Amino acid sequence: MTKSSFSNIQSEYLALIDQNKCVRCKRCIQNCGWGTYSFGGDKIISDHSKCVACGRCYTYCPEGAISIVKNPTIIRENANWKEGLIKNIWRQSETGGIVISGMGTTFKYKKYFDHILLDACQVTNPSIDPLREPMELRTYLGKKPSRLDIDIDVNGEPVLKSKMPPQIELQTPFVFGAMSYGSISLNAQKAMALAARALGIVMNTGEGGLHDDLVPFGKNIIVQVASGRFGVHRDYLNSGVAVEIKIGQGAKPGIGGHLPGEKIGVDISRTRMIPVGTDAISPAPHHDIYSIEDLRQLIYAVKEATGYEKPVSVKVAAVHNIAAIVSGIVRAGADIVYIDGYTGGTGAAPNIIKDHVGIPIEIALAQVDERLREEGIRSEASIIAAGSIRSSADAIKAIALGADAVAIGTAALIVMGCHVCGKCNTGNCSWGITTQRPELVRRLDPEVYGERLYNLISAWSHEIQEVLGAMGVNSIDSLRGSRERLRGVELTDAELKALGIKHAGL
Amino acid sequence: MLRTKNKFSTERDISGCGLCGIINAKKVKTNGSDIKKSISVEHDRGNGLGGGFAVYGNYPDYAELYAFHIMYDSLSAKADVEEYLKNNFIIEKEETIPTFNTSKIYDHPYLHRYFIKPKSNRPDKLFHELGDDDFVVNSVMLINQNYDGAYVFSSGKNMGAFKGVGYPEDIADFYRLEEIEGYMWTAHNRFPTNTPGWWGGAHPFTLLDWSIVHNGEISSYGINKRYLEMYKYNLALRTDTEAITYILDLLIRKHKLPVRLALTVLASPFYQKIDKMDGDKKELYTALRQIYGSALLNGPFAIVFGYANGMVAMNDRIKLRPLVAASMGDFTYVASEEAAIRAVCQNPDIVWSPKAGEPVIVEFEEKNIHQKGGLIGL
Repeated sequence: MTKSSFSNIQSEYLALIDQNKCVRCKRCIQNCGWGTYSFGGDKIISDHSKCVACGRCYTYCPEGAISIVKNPTIIRENANWKEGLIKNIWRQSETGGIVISGMGTTFKYKKYFDHILLDACQVTNPSIDPLREPMELRTYLGKKPSRLDIDIDVNGEPVLKSKMPPQIELQTPFVFGAMSYGSISLNAQKAMALAARALGIVMNTGEGGLHDDLVPFGKNIIVQVASGRFGVHRDYLNSGVAVEIKIGQGAKPGIGGHLPGEKIGVDISRTRMIPVGTDAISPAPHHDIYSIEDLRQLIYAVKEATGYEKPVSVKVAAVHNIAAIVSGIVRAGADIVYIDGYTGGTGAAPNIIKDHVGIPIEIALAQVDERLREEGIRSEASIIAAGSIRSSADAIKAIALGADAVAIGTAALIVMGCHVCGKCNTGNCSWGITTQRPELVRRLDPEVYGERLYNLISAWSHEIQEVLGAMGVNSIDSLRGSRERLRGVELTDAELKALGIKHAGL
Repeated sequence: MLRTKNKFSTERDISGCGLCGIINAKKVKTNGSDIKKSISVEHDRGNGLGGGFAVYGNYPDYAELYAFHIMYDSLSAKADVEEYLKNNFIIEKEETIPTFNTSKIYDHPYLHRYFIKPKSNRPDKLFHELGDDDFVVNSVMLINQNYDGAYVFSSGKNMGAFKGVGYPEDIADFYRLEEIEGYMWTAHNRFPTNTPGWWGGAHPFTLLDWSIVHNGEISSYGINKRYLEMYKYNLALRTDTEAITYILDLLIRKHKLPVRLALTVLASPFYQKIDKMDGDKKELYTALRQIYGSALLNGPFAIVFGYANGMVAMNDRIKLRPLVAASMGDFTYVASEEAAIRAVCQNPDIVWSPKAGEPVIVEFEEKNIHQKGGLIGL
């Protein structure tokens, strides 16, 4: 077949330069990871087709001479044949491939968090001022026995009879979601590690192994074991505060991952323990897990390897039967279950999966929490909720629906400059986040963005304290799972039932 | 009729209140006139929609039997419940609870009491081996939930609750408490804010030997309730007080925690304090919070609870409701207001205001107060 010389797909954005303002400093050429700009002898020229609206060029243009606009040339409007569908057909007819992109789905599904309202105190019980009273956010992740067994010592004082199972101590109920070295840059990981250490929370290696530079941050790291087993060895398992077995991811439930060989340089090859230039393929299932009892074996293999000193987390995507699945995972011995909703992010996933598979985290969470309580095993494992936690409000609502903590992925990348352009899979990220090109990675200063991550999580924590105070409680423990403090608006009876909350006014 | 049960469509019942308690550590009995006098000083803390008393040591002749106080809306409800009782319990004695017409309490349910013990060959033995206490708890919950128009408001041994809709001093006259003697008394004056008065909703709330009077609103009720439901407690009344009682029952009776530790679950020390404790103690208190975080009572409260071994009075962890204590010889008094204590004990040996979250515990065996919460300057 001869390759046609033209494409039907027109530029999505136009990178417009105000030539009167432009001083030809060429910073835009330098900053754009996509090659949109070039110097045409006397002025900057834009190749609009390459622009992804990542925002880097205009952020760094000293003259404010650049504006990125949506291409006004229309594809004839049709509510049924929407622009995106038409473009995908062209794209796929030109390439014969699966359409892949980064970040979470761009579809406009109902966001349940936006239909849930929080409670506050008036008169009958007093609100508490977090500026004047302690307001506790400390959270422990891990298996809790259902009851405390105590002994009385020689002085007649009670002491613990049996030691508590291992816990992860978080000073605020946030963790950074799993993002591997490979899918993101080492500098991006370092920024999270610095912030996690300063905040007293944890980050997650994702399935990319642990780079030597991050080893000193072990007390603030969860190491992940996924289906490709990249970078997994005994010391790796013992280098963090917990081990996470990744079964699935919200953006791509049921499928594996693929880091192309061209991104596997010396450093990543070393960290992942694979040869330079080979594709790093994570299979869809773990090849040693074909059932729940196999998962149990892996959980206990990890516990054996870590001397039962680290909680084991299992990460799954929220799918239709999530409550029963999580119940099984808890009974298989997991200490933490990480549930990722369908709007969660990814470094790369087929749009067909990302846009159409899975269920909302709000509903998954409510159902899981309820199910575990019905079975009397809720304290056996902690729950981390993820899948686009966009604000402290989302976090608070997730915790009231039953989460012990929430994970932040996309939001953390936005801190580093990400404009959610969804092109992570290309490796050209102008912000130095989802790229391994040294000239791009270099521009992401871990200390600068570590501090900004610290700022964000601190700000969100303060907001949670304000809400707790307004609700008249001074510990996050008293909000966790307290659905009575939530009410729904614009939701059907079925939706309210699935969320386990009442309609506003009731 | 809307008398015995909460049929209002609220998730839960909210109220402000006044409370007091009197205990004699040597088990010297007094009649109900002191407690009536004391609570009547706190008249303005209620609105006439609920008052009640608990007394310990009032049934010495039946001390080994569970004393069930049941209120009925109708005689058919009574017949249904009695059928259940006859099938499962040996009924040693039953009688109408003596009440006296006063002009103030003009409308009341039918009040009856039974002195009973579970049969050894009761039908549930076919399915499980429950201890007597557990069976009584299940029976109380079953009746309160499933038997329309019937409500068990007292089920302990050698103790009883006497309560209803009205100001507590009128309730005291209604049951003529000056003719009842006991060594420990608690009283409650209720100010409900979201439901009109209903007899079952008055305090004390009791279960087995537990009796609780409570002033406050538990802002953490939602999670406390879900936590208790995990242990099969049925929170049919939808009141904070019920939740507190069940938490104590779970921690002390089922999980066998010493009373003092159980109390630190209800009003746990802040982490900033725990972090400064040393080794074993820090580990213990951290574990308590990790395991029982969902049982923390958050929000304003002052409670007085009685149990077979004594009495406890305590506040929430930042003391958002009033509580004063005093002692005079073997007597210890607690109340929402000092005036309520002075009314019956003009010059106590000491009067103090317990610190936030630090319980006042008075136990009979020890014959003294072995912990004076937040007592300063002694």
